[in-house]
Amino acid sequence: MIQLTVNGSTKQYDGDPAMPVLWYLRDLLELTGAKFGCGMGLCGACTIHVEGRAQRSCVTNMSDVAGKRITTIEGLSPKGDHPLQKAWRAVNVPQCGYCQGGQIMQAASLLTEKPKPTDQEIDDAMQGNICRCGTYQRIRQAVKMAAGVKA
Amino acid sequence: MTSESITVVSRRNFLGGVFSAGALVLGASVLPLKSLGAPAADATWQPSVYLGLEPDGRVIIIAHRSEMGTGIRTSLPMIVAEELDADWARVKIEQAVGDAKYGSQDTDGSESIRDFYDPMREAGATARMMLESAAASKWGVPVSECHAKNHEVLHAKSDRKLGFGELAPLAAKQPVPKKEHLKFKSAAEYRYIGKNVPIADLDDILAGHAVFGMDARVPNMVYASVERPPVFGGKVKSYDDAEARKVRGVSKTLTIPPFKQPYGFQPLGGVAVIADNTWAAMQGRRKLKIDWDLGPNVSLDSAAYKKTLQDTARKACKVARNDGDVDAAFKKATKVHEAEYYVPHLAHASMEPPVAVAEFKNGKVEAWAPTQNPQAVQDTVAKALGIKPADVLCHVTLLGGGFGRKSKPDYVAEAAILSKQVGKPVKVVWSREDDVRFDFYHAVAAMYLKAATDEKGRPTAWLQRSVFPPIGSQDDVTAKYGTFELDMGWNDVPFDIPNFRAECGPADTHLRIGWMRSVANIPHAFAVQSFTDELAAAAGRDRVEYLLDILGKPRKIDLRAPADRKGPDPYMLDIARMRRVVEIAAEQSGWAKKKPGHGRALGIAVHRSFLTYVATVVEVEVDNGKLRIPRVDIALDTGKVIHPDRVRAQLEGASVFGTSIALMGEITAANGRVQQSNFNTYPVARLNEAPVETHVHIVPSSEPPAGVGEPGVPPMSPAICNAIFAATGKRIRDLPIKKQLA
Repeated sequence: MIQLTVNGSTKQYDGDPAMPVLWYLRDLLELTGAKFGCGMGLCGACTIHVEGRAQRSCVTNMSDVAGKRITTIEGLSPKGDHPLQKAWRAVNVPQCGYCQGGQIMQAASLLTEKPKPTDQEIDDAMQGNICRCGTYQRIRQAVKMAAGVKA
Repeated sequence: MTSESITVVSRRNFLGGVFSAGALVLGASVLPLKSLGAPAADATWQPSVYLGLEPDGRVIIIAHRSEMGTGIRTSLPMIVAEELDADWARVKIEQAVGDAKYGSQDTDGSESIRDFYDPMREAGATARMMLESAAASKWGVPVSECHAKNHEVLHAKSDRKLGFGELAPLAAKQPVPKKEHLKFKSAAEYRYIGKNVPIADLDDILAGHAVFGMDARVPNMVYASVERPPVFGGKVKSYDDAEARKVRGVSKTLTIPPFKQPYGFQPLGGVAVIADNTWAAMQGRRKLKIDWDLGPNVSLDSAAYKKTLQDTARKACKVARNDGDVDAAFKKATKVHEAEYYVPHLAHASMEPPVAVAEFKNGKVEAWAPTQNPQAVQDTVAKALGIKPADVLCHVTLLGGGFGRKSKPDYVAEAAILSKQVGKPVKVVWSREDDVRFDFYHAVAAMYLKAATDEKGRPTAWLQRSVFPPIGSQDDVTAKYGTFELDMGWNDVPFDIPNFRAECGPADTHLRIGWMRSVANIPHAFAVQSFTDELAAAAGRDRVEYLLDILGKPRKIDLRAPADRKGPDPYMLDIARMRRVVEIAAEQSGWAKKKPGHGRALGIAVHRSFLTYVATVVEVEVDNGKLRIPRVDIALDTGKVIHPDRVRAQLEGASVFGTSIALMGEITAANGRVQQSNFNTYPVARLNEAPVETHVHIVPSSEPPAGVGEPGVPPMSPAICNAIFAATGKRIRDLPIKKQLA
């Protein structure tokens, strides 16, 4: 039996400990904000926070999160008004929107570690998150807006 | 496409459950594109655009086209709301199910605005005029004194007003105004058109609540993962599922029959593992032991295939366009240039892999899918199960990207076939590997170009050959030549050259071929705009000046076949517009001031596709074989613009999509098997590889709206490669660039 916290509520899981957290969230908890994109940690669409740090849920097993605190995009801010969500809204970042939850979770983790990131730090932190629609320049702009650094 | 008549339709004929009793429902009848040019009597009239007014004041607008990131679920309803003068906050957008009564729902070809701008504004204006006439009759005043404004009708003289909701029941009884009597707003009166309304799904996307196909769920649903034949056209001989069935959560395995040629949108066939969650299905699938009959394409090898295409392009092919006498001009020529270009197969790789939920019940299918074409879902599923298209109900979710892949609903048919066997709703989830290995690939193309030039380096004769497996192979096993692909940057080359011949050569098809964002414009623009750059370089001329010179004087060209030239064509190829985007892109990029040096230079390309004129200037930095793109300037003339911010977004996106094509996109096969499988072997541009800044310059225009989703893609790869040449002297003729700069 694995016990963990998801968006503030305690959960218990007694399935295969090798199941990636992504499928536990999506298929068992019906929390579909974390997306399936590659299954290999290559695209970032599945990004969640484990203990406040961005992690790829498609390559994180349930056994890895025993006793841990998980946050998904649904739990980032109860009203959807995290500074990054506000900035994303102001810049109209999304096109199809599929990767954007992962992008925001990745950016939130960056700003926790580096509240005023440099261009290079933004590039380094965000390059693991693919957006096939190509919203990158607006992502960069929104991260800077949320961080209050010059665009 | 124009709307021909608008009638009040019965609620019973409409979407069940969307409107309450008493709602005014308007349906615009639209002539399907196919029947344009056919005698009017033969045309089938189908309802296509709908809007409803609820007695509580809500305006419900049906989005019948699919949302894959273009913003169309917002932009088309904006047009209706504009002419209706509705309050956007009281507009509810409902996604249509697949139904022929809407006209074409096939969301591709960058067509949604240009085909539905008129029907949408006519629907809005009709409803507004009926509301005004309802208010006039209620107040007993002339209708000319009643004006709709922000969800109300006002009578200024008596200072009276009535809300749309209150008026709706009476408005429904008003005579429907004739199309020729419709009054439209002037551009100065617009509240929404030309303004940046946030996309309808923005808040849901940002909170993780938006429902994509991957997120669809219905009660009692089971999950499936399908092992498909490793080679196109292969079949299951036999299989052993003993180990697969031991995986916790796996309930059974089933087969999907192989397709019959022509392949169309049919599933590829294979073995499906059914489980109670996605991961269990994927795990079970890994344990299958399958003995395959690999079929007729097992010897496909991309290197050999490339050579075959190139050899074909070196010899005379089928003539597609022929002006003047190219052969005579070449005989007289003193200077002749030749070059060959190549663009490989490409995969769409939308962030959301193909996925669908379907339930077969009582001889009917209900499906939930991220599809660009719910009517193709109806047809494809119906054919696969031997039922009628009308017995397939297709709900359209949001699409996590489409790019043309999700026009082809093989994945929905898989879910329906499996559901019929399981007796429960089935969700088929494609892995990224499935997506990359079993795509309908953008066609590989080999091209040969030859030009004779005069003393100024201007072409006096131009010959070009394009050889690629045609999209027509979907429906015709014998198809070897492109058809409509030749109208995409090949037969419509806009240069002022007296002797011009375009040819097309034959190619066999060994993989599924399909359209991808801007289709054959990708290779054709790459070849034509690279070759133009080569000719300018050979003449030692400035590229912008040279481009303008060979575009020639402002003039309009009718690209329709002589037999089709009936009536005016609002979309004639207009050289003045093409010249203007070149000039704007050059000016905005600082072309005249930025001289090449230190591995840094600009490159330009211009291309018209989907009726939109795009000129792109790319700035590159090449340092030790490493390429960086600090800036892209795109000038476009797409006629009238509904949503400028979404137009910018599409062009910004095209800049990145085109960069992926130029730098890294390549699908190859060995022993019939596609060699790429995930983002490690089929990379796409990441944030640190994409152009740092893309500046979009929209030419103000009152011309009819043209396409936006695709036309930004074709000029990108030639502009990048032309910039690389200017920076380094290295000419790239084979895409992708990959390690060619090392």
